[in-house]
Amino acid sequence: MNIAVAIDQIPQDALPSASEAGPAPKRIVVAYGFWIFLLSDIIMFAALFASYAVLVRSTAGGPTGAQLFNQTTVAIETVCLLVSSYSCGMMSLAVNSRRYLRTYLGALITFALGATFLSLEIREFLSMIAIGAAPQRSAFLSAFFTLVGCHGLHVALGLIWLVVMMVQVAVFGFAARVQHRLLCFSLFWHALDIVWVGVFTVVYLMGVSS
Amino acid sequence: MDASAPSEFLVYTIGLFVALLLTATSFWTANTTLLWSGGVFLGLAVLAIAQMGIHLVFFLHISSGPESTNNVLALAFGVLIVVVVIAGTMWIVADMNANMMMPSGAPMSMRMQH
Repeated sequence: MNIAVAIDQIPQDALPSASEAGPAPKRIVVAYGFWIFLLSDIIMFAALFASYAVLVRSTAGGPTGAQLFNQTTVAIETVCLLVSSYSCGMMSLAVNSRRYLRTYLGALITFALGATFLSLEIREFLSMIAIGAAPQRSAFLSAFFTLVGCHGLHVALGLIWLVVMMVQVAVFGFAARVQHRLLCFSLFWHALDIVWVGVFTVVYLMGVSS
Repeated sequence: MDASAPSEFLVYTIGLFVALLLTATSFWTANTTLLWSGGVFLGLAVLAIAQMGIHLVFFLHISSGPESTNNVLALAFGVLIVVVVIAGTMWIVADMNANMMMPSGAPMSMRMQH
């Protein structure tokens, strides 16, 4: 009996001290759950980076990275993605202060820069395939197209997600659930930029300089 | 919300400029002739890690505050797994390449290039 009473009392005494402000707000919990997903996504990219690093010299007599990569294109892509990350941050500030015009403007700039990035990347892929540097040419090119293409696929999905979110803002307004989804989107978009830092350093800059 | 908006705006703007500076330095490092080839590799790695840190702090708002304790712990575990996957793979495959000596004496890594 005494033990049961004691067990009943301990959690009630212990709970407020475990977290001084009580249970975390929904916004924090949602962001934490999405953060776990992003980390698992980054671990998947780590596997692709590892296979690229292992296969980068296995060109099978085909073209190497130094012969294929155009640094100007990569620089423009990098700036596009970085500024779109910034405009995505501006959009989440506008969402927090519930301003429709600034939210749409931030989303429009983010979408335009993301689409520019994606079209430059697709153009680069097509020009490489046109000169015979297709994924099936060598292990190096297979790893290159898998790694960079997977990042590009994430950007494409992010653009679709952004359009869906703007429709939701237009229909539902700044409801709590829409704000949570927009928070997840901005985390996703910033995480993609972090992966791109790895891509342009490991694939393009180290590929050109070695 | 409105009172904190300017400082948040400042955080994003500082992050953007620092990230642009680090990106420009990365491109300069890759093209400079001032560094030896190992130095280029090392410099690019350091700049990339610095820029990832800048993105985490200024854009993803990872901080030492109580709200992001769980996020920091999850991030630390994620970084551990990433390091194990990348460094472990490169170590194991480099070791296997070194051990794949052919009877003629030409290492397998040389043959893979042709």
